[in-house]
Amino acid sequence: MATTSNTPKYTFKDFHSGQQVRWCPGCGDIAILRAVQTAFAKMGIPKEKFVVVSGIGCSSRFPYYMATYGIHSIHGRAGALATGIKLANPDLSVWQVTGDGDALAIGGNHFIHEIRRNIDVNILLFNNKIYGLTKGQYSPTTPKGFKTKTSPYGTIEDPFNPGELAIGSGATFFARSIYSNMNLSVDILLEAQKHKGTSVVEFLQTCVIFNKNAYDYLTKGPDKENNFIIVKHGEPMIFGKNKDMGLILDENSNIKVVKIGENGITEKDILVHDAHRPDPILHYQLAALQHPVVFGVIRSVRKETYDEALYRQIEEVKQASKYHSLEELLNSGNTWEVK
Amino acid sequence: MSDNQKPIVEEREHVVIKFAGDSGDGMQFTGIRFSETSAMMGNEVSTFPDYPAEIRAPKGTVGGVSGFQIHIGSSDVITPGDEADVLVALNPAALKANLRWVKKGGTIIVDVDTFTPKNLEKAGWDTDPLHNGLTHEHQLIAAPITSLTKEAVKDLNVDHATALQSRNMFALGIVYWLFHRDLKFTEEYLEKKFKNKHEIAELNRLVLNAGYNYAMNIQLSRTYVIKQAKLEPGKYRYINGNTATAWGLLAAAEKAGLQLFLGSYPITPASEILQEMEARRDLDVIAFQAEDEIAGIVSTIGASFAGKLAATSTSGPGLALKSEALNLAVMLELPIVVIDVQRGGPSTGLPTKPEQSDLLQVLWGRNGESPIVVLAASTPDNCFYYAYLSAKIALEHMTPVVLLTDGYLANGSKPWKIPNLDTLPHIKPNIIKAGELKEYQPYERIPGTFVRRWAIAGTPGYEHVIGGLEKEAVTGHVSYDPENHEHMVIERENKVKEVQKDIPLLEVDGDSEGDLLVIGWGSSYGHIVTAVHELRNEGYKVSHAHFHFINPLPSNTEEVFSKFNKILVAEMNRGQFFRYLRSEYPQFDYRKHTKVQGIPFTVSELKEAIKKNLED
Ligand code: SF4
Repeated sequence: MATTSNTPKYTFKDFHSGQQVRWCPGCGDIAILRAVQTAFAKMGIPKEKFVVVSGIGCSSRFPYYMATYGIHSIHGRAGALATGIKLANPDLSVWQVTGDGDALAIGGNHFIHEIRRNIDVNILLFNNKIYGLTKGQYSPTTPKGFKTKTSPYGTIEDPFNPGELAIGSGATFFARSIYSNMNLSVDILLEAQKHKGTSVVEFLQTCVIFNKNAYDYLTKGPDKENNFIIVKHGEPMIFGKNKDMGLILDENSNIKVVKIGENGITEKDILVHDAHRPDPILHYQLAALQHPVVFGVIRSVRKETYDEALYRQIEEVKQASKYHSLEELLNSGNTWEVK
Repeated sequence: MSDNQKPIVEEREHVVIKFAGDSGDGMQFTGIRFSETSAMMGNEVSTFPDYPAEIRAPKGTVGGVSGFQIHIGSSDVITPGDEADVLVALNPAALKANLRWVKKGGTIIVDVDTFTPKNLEKAGWDTDPLHNGLTHEHQLIAAPITSLTKEAVKDLNVDHATALQSRNMFALGIVYWLFHRDLKFTEEYLEKKFKNKHEIAELNRLVLNAGYNYAMNIQLSRTYVIKQAKLEPGKYRYINGNTATAWGLLAAAEKAGLQLFLGSYPITPASEILQEMEARRDLDVIAFQAEDEIAGIVSTIGASFAGKLAATSTSGPGLALKSEALNLAVMLELPIVVIDVQRGGPSTGLPTKPEQSDLLQVLWGRNGESPIVVLAASTPDNCFYYAYLSAKIALEHMTPVVLLTDGYLANGSKPWKIPNLDTLPHIKPNIIKAGELKEYQPYERIPGTFVRRWAIAGTPGYEHVIGGLEKEAVTGHVSYDPENHEHMVIERENKVKEVQKDIPLLEVDGDSEGDLLVIGWGSSYGHIVTAVHELRNEGYKVSHAHFHFINPLPSNTEEVFSKFNKILVAEMNRGQFFRYLRSEYPQFDYRKHTKVQGIPFTVSELKEAIKKNLED
């Protein structure tokens, strides 16, 4: 991607399209929009190089609010759209905004294959665990037993955890943030942009209308900090309002929460986060963890991207080919003259 | 051979030959060699491969028979022919599968060594057909091909199985003698092909000559010569419909100055287009094998937004999956080309068999008012030209275009005069460059054309968002305004109608007025032309018009129709084009002749239908 020194200095306002934002007041999407605009302004990329695409759902209105190139497409297909754009022009910075229904239900196939191919696009998955736009039906991330309009007696299916699915599909980058933490969101977005390959960023996003208490345990009350951890590469995984809890691996290689100072545990025993380790097992465990919920860049490893491989192969094949022009191709094979 | 043994030499305008055998017998290879030799000796040629209906059907059964049909002649060779003058059947199953397609009085060449009781039973013959009347109606050449092939190569150091694999060359040698063909083209080919396998080249050459000599020595009563065709001067090569389609898109990209992108998912009978494009990385093509049909077209839309000539290829079931995204392209007004290589339907239907039954799906199979440009190719070689035109229209009119071909065109091949790229029409995409406009309005239309401008993602100053929601005219902002919606619906409709100005008028073959006009579209072209020409030679008054532009229709369509009392629409479905024409121009007396058997029309059935409609 072209990041030139003479890129104009932007502020978040430069990325606002001027369209009136139509999300419900208090919707988590509003805060994430601000984080994305703020992060874009800091990336040093000329505005015209950004392309923001989406599918269908509340979050998929996102491109309309961005002063960039963008397409608001059809339900579930943003991943395929992003793929086509990136392959056609790898110089573009491609951002895909999607929700839990859009990415994991109707668009599930595109989601896993996009990640498997490691196409250099950034997937922002807004997870509110409900269908907002269609007014309150359960989604693939709705907790089992939860009552919604289409599960009046509670759902009878287990939800997906987007992180497990992404890492299981071979993700080279997975991070998680929450709508309420602006600084963390901006930091993660900057990391996602720098990462070459598919970056999956899950945003826990509140839907104030249909699932308003979903994330209260992470955003409200005096003990909320005991419920999540923000991991940083190279730092011990310590959390809690008193910074006295940490993560270790137990004798079965499962992640275990421990209290520093109890049972002889010291800070030195706490696991140091390595986002760059190629082996995904520990990252998968972190993504799957329910308590505490893990925020931050969980996985970030470098692997050749699909778009890099495609253009590399095109160059290699061109060097070795027997055809150097269309004319040569048309005139190849057995030909004969009619006089 | 002394003069008194010389067979009658029959001079023929046209001959149809069919090679048939087990799918492992190399019938496609043999057929292609015969076609090439014939083309190089100056005949017109049209071919059609006939693959076994079942994959891995047991050897020696009718389900496993593979064939290759060739029509050669001195003029008007537009179809691979109905019935065969000569059938080569390398086993009893091949004879069983093809006997009913051999003309009365035609020549049948069999490998008599394979007509064992066991093989006869596998093929479903109750009695040995060679001894039951076959010779009354046909010239039978019962050659011991297996044993003579073994004999011919006994001095070479090859195993039994390898030797027997060249049986097809023995049969080819017989046919070459029967048609006074020169062996040198095939010998040269073998040498080139088996450059590094000298003994294989030699083996094939020996067997080919053995077959040729055998035919010379057995005192055949009849051989054939076919006069040279009067082809336009130029350089020729063979091309099938799928390759021609792919190359037409390549040519369009080159002339438009754009890179080509193809996003597709494999599907019979369209997969060769994707395969060819993947191979064309050497010419800078970005081909992407997507995870499904939907991703195929959606990635294509993305590539179009990023400034490529973007296309996707599919067949009927795939097109059904692509409908929603095709509608997105209609709404976004981005240029994409969709190639639909039609096959028998509904559902999975007859994947390897041709049918023209996607027409109404393409025209009307989407939600909302969704006008789209539709073209149809009619011969394997003109797939090149219509693919080229599809891309030209898409780029110049900012619209998705669907090109209909079918399995018959896709796999059929014809000699093709290699075009000079300079002579193809210019393509001028509506791209606007940075700085050209002060302010870009995505849905501002160029006056008089209804076409919006194409601002490619990455161009500074034209940042804009488009989407599937209805848009306000000019600005492209989301709009639920009732009048605006109707206005936009009509603008999209007008934009497609406007394409009419760029397409050629409908031409009539034959008198431009009269009692009966036969209408066709797509791959039935050759059969209809032949039927109509034969009838005219027999004194009937009948004309033919063939549609390559389905939507919009050529501007003179109504005028052409008005000069005829009756209009007979012949198509390989239950009357889809018939319905469409009737809805567009209801005032005419339409009749239909339809067929949905997964096989093309025959000339004789068309002649019957035309005669019947002339009468009543
Ligand atoms: S319905 Fe829920 S997700 Fe949708 S805009 Fe309103 S608060 Fe946000």
